[in-house]
Parts: sequence; C-alpha cells; structure tokens
Amino acid sequence: MKSSVLLEVRDVAREFDVSKPWLNRVIEGQPKSILKAVDGVSFTINRGETLSLVGESGCGKSTIARVVCGLYPPTRGAVIFDGVDIAKASVNEQQQLRKRFQMIFQDPYASLNPRWRVGKIIAEPLVSHGIMTDKAEIKKRVDQLLTQVGLSPQDQEKFPHEFSGGQRQRISIARALSSNPEFLVCDEPTSALDVSVQAQILNLMKDLQREFGLTYLFISHNLAVVSHISTRVGVMYLGRLVEMADTKTIFNRPLHPYTQMLLSAIPDLRMTGKQRTPVAGEVPNPLNPPSGCTFHPRCPYANDRCKLEAPKMMVANDGSMVSCHAVEEKRIPIKLVA
Amino acid sequence: MNTPLLEVRNLRVQFPTRRGLLTAVDDVSLTIAPGEVLGVVGESGAGKSLTGAAIIGLLEPPGRIESGEILLNGRRIDNLSPEEFRKIRGREIGAIFQDPLTSLNPLYTIGRQITETILTHLNVTPDEAKQRAIDLLNEVGIPAADKRIDHYPHQFSGGMRQRVVISLALAAQPKLIIADEPTTALDVSIQAQIITLLKKLCREHGTSVMLVTHDMGVIAETADRVAVMYAGRIAEIGPVAEVIHHPQHPYTVGLMGAIPNLGEEVERLTQIDGSMPRLNAIPAGCAFNPRCTRKGEIGARCTTERPSLMNAGKTQAACWLYSEGVATNTTNTPQSVAA
Ligand SMILES: Nc1ncnc2c1ncn2[C@@H]1O[C@H](COP(=O)(O)OP(=O)(O)OP(=O)(O)O)[C@@H](O)[C@H]1O
Ligand SMILES: Nc1ncnc2c1ncn2[C@@H]1O[C@H](COP(=O)(O)OP(=O)(O)OP(=O)(O)O)[C@@H](O)[C@H]1O
Ligand code: SF4
Ligand code: SF4
Ligand SMILES: [Mg+2]
Ligand SMILES: [Mg+2]
Repeated sequence: MKSSVLLEVRDVAREFDVSKPWLNRVIEGQPKSILKAVDGVSFTINRGETLSLVGESGCGKSTIARVVCGLYPPTRGAVIFDGVDIAKASVNEQQQLRKRFQMIFQDPYASLNPRWRVGKIIAEPLVSHGIMTDKAEIKKRVDQLLTQVGLSPQDQEKFPHEFSGGQRQRISIARALSSNPEFLVCDEPTSALDVSVQAQILNLMKDLQREFGLTYLFISHNLAVVSHISTRVGVMYLGRLVEMADTKTIFNRPLHPYTQMLLSAIPDLRMTGKQRTPVAGEVPNPLNPPSGCTFHPRCPYANDRCKLEAPKMMVANDGSMVSCHAVEEKRIPIKLVA
Repeated sequence: MNTPLLEVRNLRVQFPTRRGLLTAVDDVSLTIAPGEVLGVVGESGAGKSLTGAAIIGLLEPPGRIESGEILLNGRRIDNLSPEEFRKIRGREIGAIFQDPLTSLNPLYTIGRQITETILTHLNVTPDEAKQRAIDLLNEVGIPAADKRIDHYPHQFSGGMRQRVVISLALAAQPKLIIADEPTTALDVSIQAQIITLLKKLCREHGTSVMLVTHDMGVIAETADRVAVMYAGRIAEIGPVAEVIHHPQHPYTVGLMGAIPNLGEEVERLTQIDGSMPRLNAIPAGCAFNPRCTRKGEIGARCTTERPSLMNAGKTQAACWLYSEGVATNTTNTPQSVAA
C-alpha cells in the first residue's frame, strides 16, 4: 500500500562556510565563519496537498527547497521521497526520482538559459528525461503549456531577454510543468506577476492538483496567496521551523509569538489606516544566532528559560506542531485573528 | 501644483525585430512632483519596466525611444549622450531593478560595490564611505552589516540581495528613485521597513519615487497616485484611494477583483479572461477590447478608435465609457475590495 506521505524531511541542516579566504583569516586572526542556513528541520508532505513555508527573508526557505530537490546536499539529516532516501539511492534510482519532481526557482532571471529559445527551454525536461522524442508531439505540448500560462505559442521562437519579468516567470512555470511532475517545489512562483495573471497561475495549479493529484511545496511572502493555496503552513524562523498547522489554524489561531507578529505585519489593502505592526526588534544575525530560543530578543513573552534552553517541537494529536516554552507553559493568550 | 520633478511626454518605446516593429510603450505621459510617490501597476508585460528603463537611460538596444520627451527638473534627459547620462544616473536618479543580479557584480563584495558608488558621487573619504555603506545596509535591515559587507552577492538570500540593491540605489541620495518591484522578494515585515524608509526619504528629503509593483497592498500604503498600464498604454491614472476603491477603467476593475483576500475562502480566484495581446497584434481601437465585458455598451468605437485619457469619476481613464454622451453608471465598483 502507498503511504499517504510523499516527502519526508528528517532533521535537515545545511551550513555554508562564509569565511574569508584562508590567508586573510590567518593574517587578521579570524576564526572560520559558518552560517547555519537551516538547522534541524523536520516535516512531511502528503500526496496531493500543498505545504507552504513562510518566514522572514533569509530564514532558510530557499535553502530547504534546494536541499529537497537535491541541489544542495544537506549537512545533516535526510530527505525521503516516496520511501527512498535520496542521498542513499543509486544513480539509476536517483534519475528515476528526478523525473518525478521539478522546481520553480525564486529568480526567474537566473534560471533560464539566455542562449536557448523559449521552446527549447520549456521542452528541456521532456527531452532530458526521454519522456517525448517526437518533434511534433513536443511542439504541441509546448504550445499547450505556453497557452496555459497566458503566453502565446508564437513565443517559442523568442529568447528569454525579450520577455518582461513576469513573462519569464511564466516561462519557468511552463518548463516545470512540462514533464507532468508529481511533486513541484515552487519558490515564489508568482512574485513577479500581476494579480490577474497570478490568479490564472494559482487557478491552474489548483486545477492540476485536482486532476492529477499534484503535490506542492510552496514558498511565498504573500500571505494572502499562501492562505488561498495551502493545505498546511509551516512558519520558519532563523533556520528552524517554529510552527506548522493546517492553513485555517495558522491564520485564525496562531500560537507561536513569531507567527502572531508575522500576521499582524500584513499590508492593509482596505486602507483603514490600521497601522501595520512590523515584527519588532532587530533581525538576528545568522552568523551568531541568539542562545536558547533564537527568537527571544524579539519576543514579548521571553523569560530566562527562553534565553538558555531551545524549545522542543511539540506535536499535537492533529499533527500541528509548535516550539515555544510559553505555549507549553500556557503563558500565551490565544490570539484569535478575525 | 509644484513644477514636476519628472515629466514624461508622449513616450514611445519600440523594438525593431525580425518579426517587425514592436511598440512596447505607446504614448505614455506622466508627471511626478517632488516628494511624490507614483505607483505603476498593470499587466505583466505592459511596459512598466521599459518605461522605467527609458527614464533612467538604460533601454537595451535594439530597444529605443522612438518619440516623446523626458524632463528632469525641466531639463530634457532623453537626448543626453551616454557620458552625460552616467553623471546623473546614481546621483540624480537612482534605480532599483526588478532583477537584482543586473545591479550587482558577482565578483565584488557588496561592500566594495556600495562604497564605490558613494565615492563616485559624494565628496567623502573612503572610511566615511564605508561607514555610510554599513549604515545603509542597517537601514534596509541586513543584520550584522559590518561583517556582511565582506560577502559576495551569491552568499545572500533572494530578499537580502534585493535589499543590497536598494541600499545601492540610495547610496548617493538621488532626487528621483525608479523602484521596479523593490519589495517582491521581501517578507511583509522587511517590506514594511523598506516602505517606511522610502516614505521617510520622500518626506524629509523631498525624494520622488516611481514605484512599479504588483503588490496592491504596498501601493495602497505608499503611493500618492497610481498609473495602471495595459499593453504599453496608461489605462487609468489617479489618486491611490480612488483607483483602488473606485476603479473606472474596465481593466482596472478586473485587476482589483483578482486580488486574493486574506480570510476569504474561494475555490477559484477571479481572473480576467483571455490574455494581453502580443505586441505584434495589438487590436485596433482600445487595446483591451477583446477582453472587455463592457464594450457592448459603446459599440464600434471600441474596436476602431483609440481612447485617450478622459475624466472618469475622480480619476482619468482611457475608455470610451467616459466620453461625453455616454452615461457613466455605478455598476463598476469592484465587489471584493470595497471596504
Ligand atoms: N550559497 C550560499 N552561501 C552562503 N550563504 C548562503 C548561501 N545560500 C544562502 N545563504 C545564507 O543562508 C541564509 C538562508 O538563505 P535562504 O536563501 O534559504 O533564505 P530565504 O528564506 O529563501 O530568504 P528569501 O525570502 O530572502 O528568499 C541566508 O542568511 C543566506 O545569506
Ligand atoms: N529585448 C526585447 N525585445 C522584444 N520585446 C521586448 C524586449 N524587452 C521587452 N520586450 C517586450 O516589451 C513588453 C514590455 O516589457 P516590460 O519589461 O516593460 O514589462 P513589465 O510591464 O515590466 O512587465 P512585468 O510586470 O512582467 O515585469 C513585453 O511584452 C516584453 O515582451
Ligand atoms: S520560547 Fe520563549 S522566546 Fe521563544 S517564542 Fe516562546 S516565549 Fe518567545
Ligand atoms: S474603450 Fe471600450 S473596450 Fe476599451 S475599456 Fe472602454 S468599454 Fe472596454
Ligand atoms: Mg528565498
Ligand atoms: Mg517589469
């Protein structure tokens, strides 16, 4: 029997060495400098669901996305796709797995080969995985994809630089969809799109999910988009997951103090004059993270325990998770957001 | 009204291509007053970035200004030589590009890049320049800025790179900032911080900003006026609250209706059916006519004659619904964004 879990991220950590060159270090007498971009993150994604990751810029979302897709090897931990530990799989198995997932990158500029025509870019996954070989068939598929993302079949002949930011983003979406992947990692897939095209892409993603059971790992700063598309939402802070629950719960009854702050910082379209409350305090330095709970310098509920001891992840019966001493100690008033 | 800091008159940007001459910006006119923020929104591919690139003299060939004038403080800048333009770029007009990688050199540390810009344009010592670079990075919310200035662009996250670009644009204290999607890769909190910073510059230094973005929340909070672009033209322009809450042009009405609302559960989002025309196949008359649900109220004019901006409610819209004789009615307020 197939398990309902498609992807498991198990205690994944990823570090980057950001030291100055060795000689400079020796001369200036500086130690090595290691940046923990992701520091022990665990979660699972079920088949056919959309899990979103949100959190401050630089908190490690894209790094997780890249680790999940095998673009960065994790420093620690494992990524298990459909029961197979990707790092331990044979080359052949890895190739088979690669066919089944695709990634839409955050930067639509850097991810398209500038010397290839758009038709070739979009067809690349089809060709490299040997999914289609017939030229006419490939062209038909590319035509269909371009239309689905609101571009025109005639655009195949053009080069990426002939397109606007949002048009390029749609080309990378078409490319990611071309090989009919089961699992799609979408890092800010609609950030460069106007709201109408964004609606078109989000509707398309939902249609594909309904029809083919696609599974998404979705990353976005736009919380309205996240609330619309997601089944569950994970909130990250400084390389760690601090809360994860189904979408309604996160938005209506956030538990973690950081989640509560994040939600009150959403811009207000209605222009009621409501002041946005930016998350208070200094953005922490990932090169030298605070002790204990890394959120403590900015947390209104922090106490001495928070400064010393990192909170453990508590998992509730319904699968929702939160890591905070104050929640455990029931010191936090539950904030109901309208 | 103040004399505008920036005035764009009948700007037309074209690309000669193998497939013929493409007009990507078509007869666009706008002004920005000192201290004012003009928001620019619209369909992806509508010509927003190219309008910005034309203003800052960075249209990439074969793209070129075919006609029109651009005036900064009453002085024409669209016909400056590349050398003359280099003197005002960075110093008088700062740019934040949609693609952060075009503004950053991957081979140099970000500190070196910001310091060099400061030294080129401002009369300060290298030490002062370095300190100013650190201050700027702090202002845009880069933690441990004094250490981070020694890092290279690829060592930053997407949103951090965008903030580095913002500090680069602010480095020489320009009077006009062209900000193309400056906050899209940023979380809501940093976004609030950047917006507060931009608004402070406008208020305290009279800096003007042309803010191109798809984020209507950011527009609502920051802009004084908004221009809505469609297929290379301005479809509507007016005060921000009016354009968002009482849009007049059918395209603007559709756009405002497509915004997903927090806390509202809908299976599908409203989208405007169809897609923007190819540049080589812009329909005659009003460019929006193949997708417009209201052209039936007008008749043949929509498909034969191009509407220019007309007074519509408290904004101006390029739409025949607002020419004299056609009664404007009240059915065109969007349902979903009305407060
Ligand atoms: N290749 C790299 N070398 C060194 N540091 C890196 C590298 N990639 C990421 N980092 C660092 O890791 C941290 C997390 O980066 P990541 O790109 O995962 O953030 P993010 O959550 O995606 O942010 P954003 O919302 O801005 O895209 C940042 O501090 C970043 O500077
Ligand atoms: N080098 C080029 N050759 C041909 N056409 C081009 C070129 N550069 C841009 N265009 C076209 O000009 C139009 C306007 O582009 P522009 O980048 O100004 O759009 P935009 O409004 O900024 O869109 P977005 O919101 O997606 O960034 C687009 O349709 C694009 O395809
Ligand atoms: S553990 Fe302490 S510091 Fe961390 S979020 Fe909870 S209350 Fe705040
Ligand atoms: S001019 Fe006609 S087609 Fe164009 S927006 Fe107005 S009603 Fe619609
Ligand atoms: Mg990222
Ligand atoms: Mg653009």
